[in-house]
Amino acid sequence: MSEPLLQAVNLHCERDHRTLFRDLSFSILPATLTRVEGPNGSGKTTLLRVLAGLNDNADGQVLWHGEDRGASRESFLRNTLYIGHRPGIKAMLTPLENLQALTAGRGGCPDSALRQALAGTGLSGFEDIPCRRLSAGQQRRVALARLLVADEPLWILDEIFTAIDAQGVEALERLLVQRVAEGGSIILTTHHDLRVPGMERIRLGDSDHEEVSHGL
Amino acid sequence: MGSDLSAMKAVMLRDIKTSLRQPQDLLNPLLFFILVVMLFPLGVSPEVEFLQPAGGGILWVAALLSVLLSLDHLFRHDFDDGTLEQLMLQPQPLFLLVLAKSIAHWLLTGLPLVVLTPLLAVMVHLEGNSIGVLCLTLLIGTPVLSLIGAIGAALTLGLRSAGVLLSLMIIPLYIPVLIFGTGTVMAAAEGAAVAGQLALMGAFLALALTLAPFAAAAALRISLSNG
Repeated sequence: MSEPLLQAVNLHCERDHRTLFRDLSFSILPATLTRVEGPNGSGKTTLLRVLAGLNDNADGQVLWHGEDRGASRESFLRNTLYIGHRPGIKAMLTPLENLQALTAGRGGCPDSALRQALAGTGLSGFEDIPCRRLSAGQQRRVALARLLVADEPLWILDEIFTAIDAQGVEALERLLVQRVAEGGSIILTTHHDLRVPGMERIRLGDSDHEEVSHGL
Repeated sequence: MGSDLSAMKAVMLRDIKTSLRQPQDLLNPLLFFILVVMLFPLGVSPEVEFLQPAGGGILWVAALLSVLLSLDHLFRHDFDDGTLEQLMLQPQPLFLLVLAKSIAHWLLTGLPLVVLTPLLAVMVHLEGNSIGVLCLTLLIGTPVLSLIGAIGAALTLGLRSAGVLLSLMIIPLYIPVLIFGTGTVMAAAEGAAVAGQLALMGAFLALALTLAPFAAAAALRISLSNG
């Protein structure tokens, strides 16, 4: 039961001659929430992009269900949901069209469920208005509505609390806790003070002090 | 297989919808095409003796340049708003999704150029048979331009302004298509058989359809890795 979903083995990443992380190994178990912590520029987003398979510039291995991810790429992609800084919301499309397009490649989702998800993020009445007319927070909510219809066992979420108001943050926290209780795994970064019982932590940005001072 | 096709359809639909809602991106290459062709009679010579033999070449060059002009948009918006990341993380093979985007690009730029061509061809005094052959070469040739262009657009995605580099990289790859396209039109004007040349252009298209999406997908992975 506690076989790890995703394992990172000796990850090492440099960017612009600066070591972001090295010898970084950890496992993501089912039904856990893992928070990547560290100051700005410590490589949190890079780590999440490496885990999601968007960034190939890191050395080391990422294992999916104990196998090398390259070999089981399709299974990995099908079972992982990544929402980044730029969540893939098209300004010219309506929230509903955006969700349709984003879920189409993952088996699709009936419109009624998508409308319900939009209502669940407080966007009822805005389903058919182009996203460019919505506020920044509302556009983030369109992206987050995906979480309400997502059944992927692993979620990789980069700064999802950005531009979300207090009530939204609270609802989102509840959603994450509920998700973990249902057996989903989440790895995320946030500067928001997240309170989730049993949260795992990965700390970045401590290992490279020596490197930096050496360079100076 | 079915899920691959429906994912491709969704990508094409999204691209077509977004483009139709910002028509200036759509109209720019078309206007450019018309203007370039119009300037030749004004700037060089309005005589039939000049325009008739040169017409096929003028239209081909203008079409090529206007496709080139539209290439930077192919992945740029998707890169900026994160759509490209989501495409890469879809379980379908990335080259199929790139193929879908290339087809959408052709439907939105290449095909309208082909539709406008008969009108402009009459303006440069081309004759009936030549006009038909010219349309046919553009119909086969413009998808090749979109497909090859996708490679260049994907490679230059990480750069702030890709304009000049994109042109320098892509134009040499466009030259064979241009030579065969205009050659076919000239042969048709002289009354020669063109079936062989058209078949050769068809081979270009087959080659581009099967190989270019792979190259473009690989280029996208590199560009996004650094993004």
